[in-house]
Amino acid sequence: MFKNLPDKTGHFDKFGGRFVPETLIPALEELTSAYEKAKNDPQFKEQVEYYFDEYVGRPTPLYFAERLTEKLAGPKIYLKREDLAHTGAHKINNTIGQCLLAQKMGKKRIIAETGAGQHGVATATACALLDLDCIVYMGEEDTHRQALNVYRMKLMGAKVIPVTSGTMTLKDATNEALRDWMANVQTTFYCLGSCVGPHPYPMMVRNFQAVIGREAKGQIMEAEKKLPDYLVACVGGGSNSIGLFYEFLDDSGVKMVGVEAGGLSLKPGKHGAALCEGEPGVLHGAYSYLLQSKTGQVLPTHSISAGLDYPGVGPEHSYLKESGRVEYTNVSDKEAIAAFKQLSELEGIIPALESSHALAYLKKLAPKLDRSQIVIVCLSGRGDKDVESIKGL
Amino acid sequence: MSRISEAFEKRKALIPYITAGDPNLGITEKLVYALEKAGADIIELGVPFSDPLADGPVIQASHLRALKTSLADILKLVKKIRKKTQIPIVLMLSDNLIVKYGPEKFYRDAEGVGVDGVIVPDLPVEEAIAESREPKAVSRIFLIAPTSTEERIEMIAEASTGFVYLVSLTGITGKRKDLSTGLDALVLKIRKYTDKPIAIGFGISSPQTAKAAAVVADGVVVGSAIVDIIAKNKRNPLPKVSKFVSSLRRAIDR
Repeated sequence: MFKNLPDKTGHFDKFGGRFVPETLIPALEELTSAYEKAKNDPQFKEQVEYYFDEYVGRPTPLYFAERLTEKLAGPKIYLKREDLAHTGAHKINNTIGQCLLAQKMGKKRIIAETGAGQHGVATATACALLDLDCIVYMGEEDTHRQALNVYRMKLMGAKVIPVTSGTMTLKDATNEALRDWMANVQTTFYCLGSCVGPHPYPMMVRNFQAVIGREAKGQIMEAEKKLPDYLVACVGGGSNSIGLFYEFLDDSGVKMVGVEAGGLSLKPGKHGAALCEGEPGVLHGAYSYLLQSKTGQVLPTHSISAGLDYPGVGPEHSYLKESGRVEYTNVSDKEAIAAFKQLSELEGIIPALESSHALAYLKKLAPKLDRSQIVIVCLSGRGDKDVESIKGL
Repeated sequence: MSRISEAFEKRKALIPYITAGDPNLGITEKLVYALEKAGADIIELGVPFSDPLADGPVIQASHLRALKTSLADILKLVKKIRKKTQIPIVLMLSDNLIVKYGPEKFYRDAEGVGVDGVIVPDLPVEEAIAESREPKAVSRIFLIAPTSTEERIEMIAEASTGFVYLVSLTGITGKRKDLSTGLDALVLKIRKYTDKPIAIGFGISSPQTAKAAAVVADGVVVGSAIVDIIAKNKRNPLPKVSKFVSSLRRAIDR
């Protein structure tokens, strides 16, 4: 019953929708119908699967983290290894899907927004692969913080445009990408990086990412002959978490927890926990939980992890929160860093700081569960990109 | 007849845009009177928002300068202005500000203080209809873009009250050298579905482009060019703004 949303108008109950200037509405209608057609086209499906298997390296393993399990002395912990996907994160699942769709629609110019650069790199990768022009908007501050990713994108032929408006971070990069789309809507495909934005993006991104949960379900049934008790994933915009959760939404025995960025503290401006601390509002084309001031201005955010440093969240998560299907919580920068180090030491896996938020929550969850229970954590990305900043602390 | 309709009856409507609170509400008030004196028929007041999606750099910067000014402050200002002038005032604001204020309360308060119309650039007509806010006295002005399909033009023209706002170009607000081509055809398409007044906005920044737009439509919105003058003359923008708006008036009437 949770899986048949959004409705035709792109609403997850009261959340979602299309809140963008009229200029973009016809383009969103065109995209929706092209996507619906592609989704039911066996050839398109085959094409996506081909690249998933042969290029991205899917299926990614579901790895039993034995030493971590031992250390936490609670449930069995499995890691869904999206960090092993090509480019080092789950983002590639979505960009392969969207760029193949762009190609099918005959759009040669691809634009994208990026925070830390993971989605930018994944878009540049898909564009190089499919011979598409790629323009990535990135907050100027982020281009300095993530200089290596800027270079990676350029290496693959993408043009990176530093954004100097507003707070010069992901939120503003998204504004600029949407403004570019308004000006060039006839020729351009906007490859949005998370399950946010106007309809059909939250649905489309979810569907491309849902491969994570589909694989995990098959893999855990094979390994344990039963469904997991808990799924845990970090939530910024929410694409890796919805990707893991979606397949299990109607399995009522499977509990799910989304972990947001608790940042430095839960004071306004010091974190990125939109679902825990925000209230519904409109940003970047959707009605969803939002970190905003008393007068409705979007608040600045903070997180040690650039991928979670965003004031909004995907509308489906807002729905899953209000319906009570998924529990949302947050962990601090400090807790995430400790988990980052712990997994590196215990398993020889350096996790992305984003994924480290999900791992950090295990410390709170494990004592409540027993050894017969199973938890799957989405290890959404690898942490090589974060080594520099952790070293500097 | 509403104040907006009267304005369009009189002559080709000149609709200057300023961001309320930029540089402060005191100057915004004085600017409203000065704009009227210089030949404005309707005033479009922008409500500052942290993320104005449809705006170019000039208006974005004005929003950031005025960000401490809240919607409630601006409604109070309109109340004050209404004691001195009956010039129609249209608020332009992002949907989140209304959502946060509370839609019902907003439309009630807007009507109470004498706001004539509301433009919400990121609220397309279907979401607005679904929300079923039904202001009685406050006009709801929706945008038609060059990308709008015929079906949408009909729906938007039908839903708009007061006037229909035609976005002159595919893109964001800001100065452009020339007026886009094909606007006359677009206006004719809209006229097929409605006899409501049509105002053209986005990119109109000189007496020449204002005149060209006034020839094809019933009204002209000029924003960035005025906001730019205010930004460059923060202490006393009145003389230069008045001079510029008078030049627009003269060009339109010529």
